[in-house]
Amino acid sequence: MKSLEELQKIKERALERRKLAGEGARARVVVAMGTCGIAAGARDTMSAVLGELEKRNIADVIVTQTGCIGLCEYEPIVQVQIGEQDMVTYGRISPDRVATLIEKHVLGGNPVEEWQVGK
Amino acid sequence: MTVFRDLSQHILDIAENSTAAGATLLHLDIEENPSRDHLSICIRDNGCGMDPEMLLRVTDPWVTTRTTRKVGLGIPFLKQTAEMCGGHLDITSEPQRGTTIEAAFRLSHIDRPPLGDLINTLICIVVGNPQLDVVYHHQVEAMDFVFDTREIREILGTEVPLSDPEVLAFIRGALIEGVAGLGSEATNGT
Repeated sequence: MKSLEELQKIKERALERRKLAGEGARARVVVAMGTCGIAAGARDTMSAVLGELEKRNIADVIVTQTGCIGLCEYEPIVQVQIGEQDMVTYGRISPDRVATLIEKHVLGGNPVEEWQVGK
Repeated sequence: MTVFRDLSQHILDIAENSTAAGATLLHLDIEENPSRDHLSICIRDNGCGMDPEMLLRVTDPWVTTRTTRKVGLGIPFLKQTAEMCGGHLDITSEPQRGTTIEAAFRLSHIDRPPLGDLINTLICIVVGNPQLDVVYHHQVEAMDFVFDTREIREILGTEVPLSDPEVLAFIRGALIEGVAGLGSEATNGT
């Protein structure tokens, strides 16, 4: 494995970043990773989400996964929650839609209506 | 007919079962062995396991534990893929102890899907499941590589998650380097 001393330095910088960002996460992003989601490309969507946050060096957005939520025909499904607000569910989020979704909703706080499920 | 384009998608799918079973530790062992024309993928978790009755039924496509829809297809898909490629699928499980799934393939079989984007599969498993530790062991002939999130967490402590962007870049780098050093057929999606 790559050097663990390097990781120690990364830890110190990460702690510094978290101190600056303050308590708690600003948003939560959940990618559906059931069989249906994976078949529809959820892995690439999740990689794009992580890549986008990595590119912008954003440490206070939590990215997790969930199983099938029963909306298989809309996969890949991504859910976004800002702070304590209601969770917004998006459908057919291919990797090329991720940057816009992060920019507008996760960071800008404005949901992208046309990609929401049931809109 | 296959739903997944690579074996790493099957791995991600089976790991999702482990998460749903409440696992906190997942072992992924991959062996690529060209001289024996053999490829095996073994996923072992410490989740809630299955009783003998459920275990008998689990390779049946009409079995699932989820409540949103009554069909579970992940394990039957992997079984079908393995058997189509001159291999087999074995499952052992014990309630409260965990489940082990091993899929074996003939490496050179014309229908065998590629291992594919293993790096991003591992990253999705590691980042997407903060409560789960992953021990990934990959062997190609006599060479092997081990990646263990417990070692990383030991250094990071509880305050810095594995999903921190710089930690994630470190993990990705370690995985790419390790897998490339093995001469594995797996890719990193780039």
